[in-house]
Amino acid sequence: MKSKLKGYKEIPIGGLILDAGNAKTYKTGGWRSKRPILDKSNCINCYFCWFYCPDNSVDVKDKDVKGFKLDYCKGCGICAVVCPKKCIKMEDEDKFEE
Amino acid sequence: MAFILKELLDKPEKLTSGHRLCPGCGAPILAKWIMMATDFPLVVANATGCLEVSTTIYPYTAWNTPWIHNAFENAAATIAGVESAYKSLSRQGKIKKKVKFIAFGGDGGTYDIGIQALSGALERGHDMVYICYDNEGYMNTGAQRSGATPKGASTTTEPAGKVSYGKKMRHKDLTAIAAAHHIPYAAQAALSNWQDLMKKAKKAIEVDGPAFLNILSPCVRFWRIPDDQTIEISKLAVETNFWPLFEIDNGKWILNYKPRERKPIMDWIKVQGRYKHLLQEKNKPVIEEIQKEIDEYFHWLEKRCSD
Repeated sequence: MKSKLKGYKEIPIGGLILDAGNAKTYKTGGWRSKRPILDKSNCINCYFCWFYCPDNSVDVKDKDVKGFKLDYCKGCGICAVVCPKKCIKMEDEDKFEE
Repeated sequence: MAFILKELLDKPEKLTSGHRLCPGCGAPILAKWIMMATDFPLVVANATGCLEVSTTIYPYTAWNTPWIHNAFENAAATIAGVESAYKSLSRQGKIKKKVKFIAFGGDGGTYDIGIQALSGALERGHDMVYICYDNEGYMNTGAQRSGATPKGASTTTEPAGKVSYGKKMRHKDLTAIAAAHHIPYAAQAALSNWQDLMKKAKKAIEVDGPAFLNILSPCVRFWRIPDDQTIEISKLAVETNFWPLFEIDNGKWILNYKPRERKPIMDWIKVQGRYKHLLQEKNKPVIEEIQKEIDEYFHWLEKRCSD
């Protein structure tokens, strides 16, 4: 887990971060205590879950909502509340632990 | 022109996943929407605050745009400087692209600490948008009161107890203060009305000259609401007239939304833990006072918007 820290000679002047959007390599999924479960049978692809998600963790491929990027989902449950068809359920995360 | 979600799907992700804002925070939602609202390349400045601290924990950044942070008080001055440098470079023909500039500040960095820099930047007429995401207090440092904290809320610096009922003062009307600079565009928006918010963002970004947006951004930790109620609580703020949606477009005041039936302010107060003490019998007069102030303000706003 521990990444190697850079020495001062390797860090750009001013501590600039030159790699835009590299927070993607930091996984926030471990914060989650509730996991969103999508029931695709009722989904009308309104994209509200994708649109409201604070963590961009709703997976949409070819204009179709596929599920959730669990590496990033923090389990806030906003998607379940805004879903007009109520087809997202929040379930306790510990159910999924092996 | 209305926004269609299906078309927004193809927009590049300008605030990526992996930022470390709390689950249920309103700030990343509105930042994502605002940057989606326009096709212009953007340069973003950030005042110190939750959004800055949590999106750029070294060596990570969640911003897919050029991004700059300077200090708490000078986000507006910083973006004004960046904009001036851009203007000079494009006059010299070194930059051909049309670029737009955004500053994000929390209410602490806007209502209190940064108001002087903001006022200066608005007065000098830089081509930029200042966006205040108003979570009504200093959340990054642990729920201290700010100029945006509403009356009656309990904060760590003005806690409710035997003697006090929390903050005793009204919050500032910052949108009107920004409009008093006679800038081309100023508006107030909420997360519950996304079309309205994105239209305002597009207008503010694309207008030539300074613009100001004030957006209510629920804070689940301070407001003491469940993580998933961010959008619902914004809806209540609009329906109770606590947070009216209006804009000032080239000096013309426009009321964007009027609830068909104004909900009592109690609906907004009773669901939030920071107002818990107001539900006690002895604090009834405070609620009446808050209701009166809100009704008076909305009446004033309606009058302002009708002429």
